[in-house]
Amino acid sequence: MKTLKLVASATLAVGLLLPAATVSAGEITVMSWGGAYTKSQVEAYHKPWMAKTGHKLKSVDSPNPGAPIKAQVTAGKVSIDVADVEYSDAVRYCDEGLLEPIDAKSLPSAIDGTTAENDFIKGGITDCGVANIVWSTIFAYDADKIKGEKPKTIADFFNTSKFPGKRGMRKGAKANLEMALMADGVAVADVYKVLGSTAGVKRALGKLDSIKSDIVWWEAGAQAPQLLADGEVVMTTAYNGRIFNAAVSENKPFAIVWDGQVLDFDMFVIPKGAPNKALALDFIKFATSTKPLADQAKYIAYGPARKSSAAFVGLFKDGKTKMAPHMPTAPANLKNALVNNFEFWADNASELNERFNAWIAAN
Amino acid sequence: MAMANKPSPETETTLVMADGQPLKKALTRAMRRARLRAFLLVIPLLAFVLVTFALPIGQMLYLSIHNPVFSDYMPRLTAYFNTHPEEGVPNEEGFAALALDLIDAKKNRTVGRVGTRINYDRAGSSSLFKSSARKAAKFKGPSYKESLLEHRQDWADPKLWNVMRRAANAHTFDFYLAALDFTHDANGNLIKVEPERRIYIMLFLRTFMLSTLIAGLCLLLAFPVSHLLANLPLRYSNLLMILVLLPFWTSLLVRTTSWITLLQSQGVLNDLLVVVGLIGDDGRIQLMYNQFGTIIAMTHILLPFMILPLYSVMKTIPPSYMRAARSLGATPFTAFVKVYFPLTIPGIGAGTLLVFILAIGYYITPALVGGSSGELISNQIAFHMQSSLNWSLAAALGAILLFGVILLYWLYARLIGIDNMKFG
Repeated sequence: MKTLKLVASATLAVGLLLPAATVSAGEITVMSWGGAYTKSQVEAYHKPWMAKTGHKLKSVDSPNPGAPIKAQVTAGKVSIDVADVEYSDAVRYCDEGLLEPIDAKSLPSAIDGTTAENDFIKGGITDCGVANIVWSTIFAYDADKIKGEKPKTIADFFNTSKFPGKRGMRKGAKANLEMALMADGVAVADVYKVLGSTAGVKRALGKLDSIKSDIVWWEAGAQAPQLLADGEVVMTTAYNGRIFNAAVSENKPFAIVWDGQVLDFDMFVIPKGAPNKALALDFIKFATSTKPLADQAKYIAYGPARKSSAAFVGLFKDGKTKMAPHMPTAPANLKNALVNNFEFWADNASELNERFNAWIAAN
Repeated sequence: MAMANKPSPETETTLVMADGQPLKKALTRAMRRARLRAFLLVIPLLAFVLVTFALPIGQMLYLSIHNPVFSDYMPRLTAYFNTHPEEGVPNEEGFAALALDLIDAKKNRTVGRVGTRINYDRAGSSSLFKSSARKAAKFKGPSYKESLLEHRQDWADPKLWNVMRRAANAHTFDFYLAALDFTHDANGNLIKVEPERRIYIMLFLRTFMLSTLIAGLCLLLAFPVSHLLANLPLRYSNLLMILVLLPFWTSLLVRTTSWITLLQSQGVLNDLLVVVGLIGDDGRIQLMYNQFGTIIAMTHILLPFMILPLYSVMKTIPPSYMRAARSLGATPFTAFVKVYFPLTIPGIGAGTLLVFILAIGYYITPALVGGSSGELISNQIAFHMQSSLNWSLAAALGAILLFGVILLYWLYARLIGIDNMKFG
């Protein structure tokens, strides 16, 4: 009986003490995509914020930080204070009431006094999200494996007779269907119009079908450069920053083909009922201000979402690689680029993913 | 005192305690106390099982037939549907209910959930609800129908209204229909979805077939190993047992990724084949990212679950039985078939059932090494839990899997008998 009492009182004491302890420590949890990307955020956002405010920050990784938000909010047990999610997820979750609204007026102005609303690239601030970077889905190849003529256009990715070998692709409808259509000769401006029709979806899946037996699917962003490095594929679609880091920091012979790239924003959001909302907001304000956004480009090749940051983007952390030409938004890279239509995906993601899954599962 | 000296007829036949109580009563009381104490001791476990096992499963089952999103957030339209059961596009009254609900939903930031719910069954509805809700505040009665149709012609689509009508029933079997590749057509009739969308039945069949195959392969591999383990002298068999248990104790993820290293086209196995000269460098075999990879990795990972029950059963079979059979004139084969094998059936039953049930729920291994042809139904459940966030559909898929297992368990109990099973 005595032991029982002891255990009971100990449990009670721990239960009472724990929440109190976490509140007073001033710690927030930030969930992001892992790998080289999270590392760049740790250097550019997390460390400077901790140094400036004295609060603690716990970094957590997920293959898609948008996924746990609904589960946590629905269950009423939110442990994440800030999540780094895709644009379409930020919009959709906001509409579903899963996120805390963020007042655009509360964001810091640029150094020259331009308000945040004017400083961010158009669409960079939504009701619940603040953009940090512009990233892109591109395809890359291993220059050592492909002898002679190199692939130059998105159509080359789908041409397995000219460039034999396996292809890596992200397991999901988004970006793949668009790339398939562009490779099939659809002009950038018409991609979403074509994809909106049943025939267009069929056409995109048909194009993918032509290389289906050669596709190796990846899910987490870090898997794509890994597949290339392992020699498992000769070309893969990937997030451009991952390939840049593998090529520049790890000296891999990877080359990016910018033709047919699909541009997208990443957004910081606060899940509804986040344990440390005030601190989370403070972190977002800090991280998406001009300097930290520019700093992130020092560690990974993603473009800052504020126009005023561009002037501060300089060299890579190695001190010699100029970052500007590696940004997805560099003029030379934008010649044949598609901007992801988040509204299209908010509308059609469930339908197209279902079609896509059925197509994948069928032999 | 008089009582004690001159016992009454009743107490004469009843045994009594020292304090004069009937023994039977005292015994019952003591037993009750003991039972209560025993029950108190298992209460923590009972509560734990209820909270962490029974409750979530119950919740999941309920989720698969209960989705109140539409009826909760669109109350007027739901009420209108209840009083106007006819199909098709309604009149002004229905549109007024819709517009007023949209205005409220916009205010409460719930319109996205309603849109997402309808979007499961009709693509493009998400933006329709959102944009209409943005506009709805400006609409004036009694021309709601006109205004909404002017904003988006979609509102005249009878299919949309039928979808909303069905979604307004919080209790529905629609998710089970979707989980079996069925849907409703524009007139509300039950039809199969188009061939290029059918996926779940095929995946259920594949899951059951691959699980059967894996259970069979495990049995084939485990039987000789267990026999060896059970019959070797202890010092050898202990060493072998450790070899069986070592991978059993290793993390599932580690074992799966080890298989990736072995099987990938630049991996150990392919390298070996190239070095030996069996295949050329450009003819490397695709051993993973397909069904083959799933089967190999899962068979290896689940093998100990077959070996252990088999071993524990074989250990109890006295070697003298086989000797007796031989001395009575049976050939080794007959002795095995007639004597040894029937005695191992409890172990075979337990092992096969264990491996099969574990296999149909496997998720990480097929996700990592299965590619597209090695994908199982659990990967789709994970997709709907994590990506599409259609939890009701995920719950329905999970429930079908659960019912399938219960059915098989029942069949097993009928055919072979559940008492005739030994796990170890």
